[in-house]
Amino acid sequence: MEWSVLQQYGPSLLKGFGNTILCWALGTLFGMALGLVIALIQRYAPRWLTWIVQAYIEVIRGTPFLVQLFVLYYGGPLVGLRLDALPAGLLGLTIYGSPYFAEIFRSGFRAVSDGQIEAARAIGMSESHIVRRILLPLGLVSALPALVNFSIILTKETVILSIITVPELLYQVQRMSAETFRYVEANLVLALFFWGLVETISRVGLRLEARITKHLIERT
Amino acid sequence: MLAASSVEMRKVNKYYGKFQALKDIDLSIPPGKVTCLIGPSGSGKSTLLRCINFLEAYDSGEVRIDGQLIGYDAPDKKMSGRRLREMRRSIGMVFQQFNLWPHMTAKENVAEGLIRVRRMSKADADRRASEALAKVGLADKIASHPSRLSGGQQQRVAIARAIAMEPRLMLFDEPTSALDPELVGEVLSVMRTLAGEGMTMVVVTHEMGFAAHVADQVGFMEKGELVSVDSPDRILHRPEDARIQSFLRTYRERNSF
Repeated sequence: MEWSVLQQYGPSLLKGFGNTILCWALGTLFGMALGLVIALIQRYAPRWLTWIVQAYIEVIRGTPFLVQLFVLYYGGPLVGLRLDALPAGLLGLTIYGSPYFAEIFRSGFRAVSDGQIEAARAIGMSESHIVRRILLPLGLVSALPALVNFSIILTKETVILSIITVPELLYQVQRMSAETFRYVEANLVLALFFWGLVETISRVGLRLEARITKHLIERT
Repeated sequence: MLAASSVEMRKVNKYYGKFQALKDIDLSIPPGKVTCLIGPSGSGKSTLLRCINFLEAYDSGEVRIDGQLIGYDAPDKKMSGRRLREMRRSIGMVFQQFNLWPHMTAKENVAEGLIRVRRMSKADADRRASEALAKVGLADKIASHPSRLSGGQQQRVAIARAIAMEPRLMLFDEPTSALDPELVGEVLSVMRTLAGEGMTMVVVTHEMGFAAHVADQVGFMEKGELVSVDSPDRILHRPEDARIQSFLRTYRERNSF
C-alpha cells in the first residue's frame, strides 16, 4: 500500500465526494417529489392518465440506469436536449428513482386504513384536505423505512454518473488510479466514503422513524 | 337543542356486482327519534346506514334528508362533491373501528373538522373540541393520542368528533362491537345522553338492551330486506315474523349462561 498519493489527490477526492453527496441528495429529493406526484396521479387521476403513468413506470423500471443515462446524455442533443454532465446526471437520477419512490408511496397510501379516510369524508372534508391532513402524514410514516432503504440504494447508483463524466467520487478515483496505478488504495477510499455515507443516512433514518412513530404505536 | 333531521328512504336498492345488498328499502326516520337496526351479520344493516350519508352509493331509489335527495341530482347524475360535502356536514357518523386519526391528539381529532370544514379559527375550534370532549367525559384526555386511550375512550373521542360539528343526524355503525365487554357501558351511556337531548339517531347494533330501552323504533333486517320496523316492544318482545323470532332465539341462547 502506498498512502502518500492520497495527500496529492485528497482535495480532488473530497471534491468528488462532495459531488456524490450533491447528486445523491438532489436526485433523491427530486426523485421522491416526482414519485409522490406519480403516486397521487395513480390514486386520483382519470384512468387514461394512470395508464400513461403506469407505462412510464414499466419502462423506467425495466431498463438499466446506464442505458437511461446514455439515452439522456448522448441521445438528448438529437432532440434538442443539451445538458451539461451534472444536470444530466441529476435529471437521470431523478427519473431513475421516481418509479421506485412512486411504488413506495403507493404502498404507504394503501397502509392508511379506508376507515380513517371515510371518517374524514363523513364529516365533509374535501379530498385535498384529506390528502394533506390524513393520507400524506399517515402514508409517509408507513413508507419511511422503505424510503430510507431506497435512498441508500441510490447512493451507490451515483457512481454510474461517472460514465457521462460527472466529476463525482468514482470519476475522481478512476482518474487517480489511472494516473498513479494505486487501484487498491483508490478503491478502498471509495468504499470507505460510501460506507460512511450509508451509515449516516441509515442512522438519521432510524432516528426520524423513532421520532415520528412515537405516537402511533399502540399501547400494550 | 338543535334542529333534528328526518330521513326518508324509498325503494332503495344496492348491488355489489350481482349480489343485492339492499332490496327495496322503505324506511322513515322521524326527527329527534332513535332508530335501531338489528339483524344477522351480512343482512345489510351497515350498508343501509352508509347509504344515508352516501359513503355507500345506492343504485336506485331515493334517500332524502329533510326532503333533500342525497348523492344524486337526478337518477343517473351523481351530486357534485361540493354539495355532497355540504350535506355531510350536518350528518355525524361513528364507526365500529373508531377510525380516529392516530397522528393527532384527542383534541386535534375533534378540532380537525371544525377547522377544515367549518372554517373555525384554531382558538374557537380548540374551545369547542374541549367542550365536546368534556361532554363525553374525557376532559382529562384532550392531549392524549389515540394509542394511549382504551377502546371505550377512543370511541368516545370519535363521538365527540362527530357531535362537535353540531350534526342534525347521527349515524352509529356498530359502535360497541369492537369493544371489550366492560367498556361497552361507557359508550352506550354517552349515546343515551345524546338521545335524551333529542338528536335524530340511527344505530346499527347488537346491543338488544340499548335497542329495547332507548330506541323509539327498531328495524329488523335479513338478507338485504327490511323485514319489519316497529316499536322496540313489538320487535323484541312480541315479534310476529318467524325470522325475527329465530334471530332473537339464537341471540338469547348465545347470551345466556
